[in-house]
Amino acid sequence: MQSIIIDLFQKPGQYKKVAGFILVALLAAFPYIYFNNYYLHIAILVGIFVILSLSLNLITGFTGQLCLGHAAFYGVGAYVGALLMKNLQMNFFLALIVSFLVTGLFGLLLGIPTLRLRGDYLAIVTLGFGEIVRLVFINWEEVTNGPMGLRSIPAPSIMGFVLKERYMFYYLILIMVLLVLFLMNRLINSGFGMAMQTIKADEIAAESIGIYPVKYKLIAFILSSGLAGVAGCFYASYVSYISPTTFVYNTSVTILAMVVLGGLGSLAGSVIGAAVLTLIPEVLRFISDYRMLLFGALMVLMMIFKPEGFWGVSKRVKNIYKLKAGRRHHERDIKSQ
Amino acid sequence: MFTQQLINGITVGGIYALIALGYTMVYGILKIVNFAHGDVFMVGSFLGLLFVQNAGMPIYIAYPAAMLVTAAVGVVIERVCYRPIRIKGTDALSILIAALGVSIFLENFAQLVWGTGTHAYVQEIKEKNYEFGNINLSNIQIGVIVLCVLLMAALYFVVNKTKIGVAMRATSQSITSAQLMGINTEMVIAATFGVGSALACVAGVLVGTYYDAVYPLVGYSYGLKAFAAAILGGIGSIPGAMLGGFLIGIVETLGSAYISAGYKDAFAFGILILVLIIRPSGLLGKKHVDKV
Repeated sequence: MQSIIIDLFQKPGQYKKVAGFILVALLAAFPYIYFNNYYLHIAILVGIFVILSLSLNLITGFTGQLCLGHAAFYGVGAYVGALLMKNLQMNFFLALIVSFLVTGLFGLLLGIPTLRLRGDYLAIVTLGFGEIVRLVFINWEEVTNGPMGLRSIPAPSIMGFVLKERYMFYYLILIMVLLVLFLMNRLINSGFGMAMQTIKADEIAAESIGIYPVKYKLIAFILSSGLAGVAGCFYASYVSYISPTTFVYNTSVTILAMVVLGGLGSLAGSVIGAAVLTLIPEVLRFISDYRMLLFGALMVLMMIFKPEGFWGVSKRVKNIYKLKAGRRHHERDIKSQ
Repeated sequence: MFTQQLINGITVGGIYALIALGYTMVYGILKIVNFAHGDVFMVGSFLGLLFVQNAGMPIYIAYPAAMLVTAAVGVVIERVCYRPIRIKGTDALSILIAALGVSIFLENFAQLVWGTGTHAYVQEIKEKNYEFGNINLSNIQIGVIVLCVLLMAALYFVVNKTKIGVAMRATSQSITSAQLMGINTEMVIAATFGVGSALACVAGVLVGTYYDAVYPLVGYSYGLKAFAAAILGGIGSIPGAMLGGFLIGIVETLGSAYISAGYKDAFAFGILILVLIIRPSGLLGKKHVDKV
């Protein structure tokens, strides 16, 4: 459903614009239609995971570099944001920016040695980085309070107005998601985004037409990790309690699964993937014992029968044909006039 | 003290090496990372326990039986989950995601069957300690090291001296050419998964006996570290996986003894990242050149 928002930005067609506005309006009205803290909580979680899967899609889906430690960036962002807001009483939005910069810096430091190499080195190094970060969270007790985690992280405030109700967080994350979607859409359709996608298709071919892959991969990775840090900072402020158990390898895998099941290299796919994978465990609660078992089996079945994801390339290729056909009709109409 | 820690490190390293062999053999042939391998190791460990405790078999029948069943589990995973994706010819990322799915499935299956808690392991072998000067060696430790070395020697012999080994090496160089030479590559792939899983089962039984504990999520940390060992040695290289396993075991034990016990798991990944920066193809790996 939410995919229509992206189509609004991507393709011409008035009905899609209308549908997009209706959808945004529906999402905005959601707290009034279903005023229930549980539903709101799930919706906010979906929002956080949409940002996470979009950010991972930037490096894995659009640039073709596998990253297996996204939860580490999420965690670094959460801890940096939490410490700044808690100990220095920094404003939430300023903390958001600092989280972006700090996690982006980690991305830069990891990326410089690994992104020069071809192949899956980024995957392995980020996997290792994820484990090391988790252990630092647990062991650096003076700063992170160890396995106990950080408590009573303050809520965001705008000019003295404190966002303490759940629906306020909902609107905040909704605005953040829409902003990220808008910016990502602009980015991937820009010259920079085209260069990224060329590198994904074929690195050597990209080099031969004057694209320096390391530069683009590095910038994409910095943006990707920084954005994960932003999601972490929001999460810390929203739940007001963070502990190392949230930022583990399993979370990285879940985010990756969202990107892949949604469709690699598709913004709408990331949104759908994040929504579906956050909702499935909630929907399957009635068979609580078997839900993760089913989840694993579903992942395998999906890869066997629909490896391009919910909103993958084949769907978009069809759309391109439709567009081309439409253009041909249009040209014929002009000639006949 | 140092020698004692070194021996402890070699013991753990041997176990890592056994698991790492499964990763590296599958990667060598199919160029995929089988992320479910750590959980196959866990299943193997539980099967060993099941056959001794619930079926009441003596260990010399129970453990080989567990190895056979675990090998079958590995082959079935390949057949049911990876092969359909492989045949479609989609990219390696799909298989990776499928492997993660299998891993989630196995972990939760184990939690349903055996519960989330820790189980005490079979203690058929009575632990005896031998003192050599100030070094303390248990018979279990000696057994673990001897068994690991024996199995690795056997694997090395199979891969280098037998017909199936030649077929494996040919398949790892090029599946298409191997098929043209009349090699039944599907059989070779099944054999690779089978051997790798059987070795993981041995590692599982050894971990259970050595630490006297097994739990459904045990495959996670062992799997990750064995994977790190396979990369460290150069993924795709069998001697590399052995070397990587021992190195990671030793570095981890010495690091936790002399630097900090809390960061025990970080040493393996720290050394991995360092080695990859200096020598991207791993210690014994072949340099990979992309050709247009």
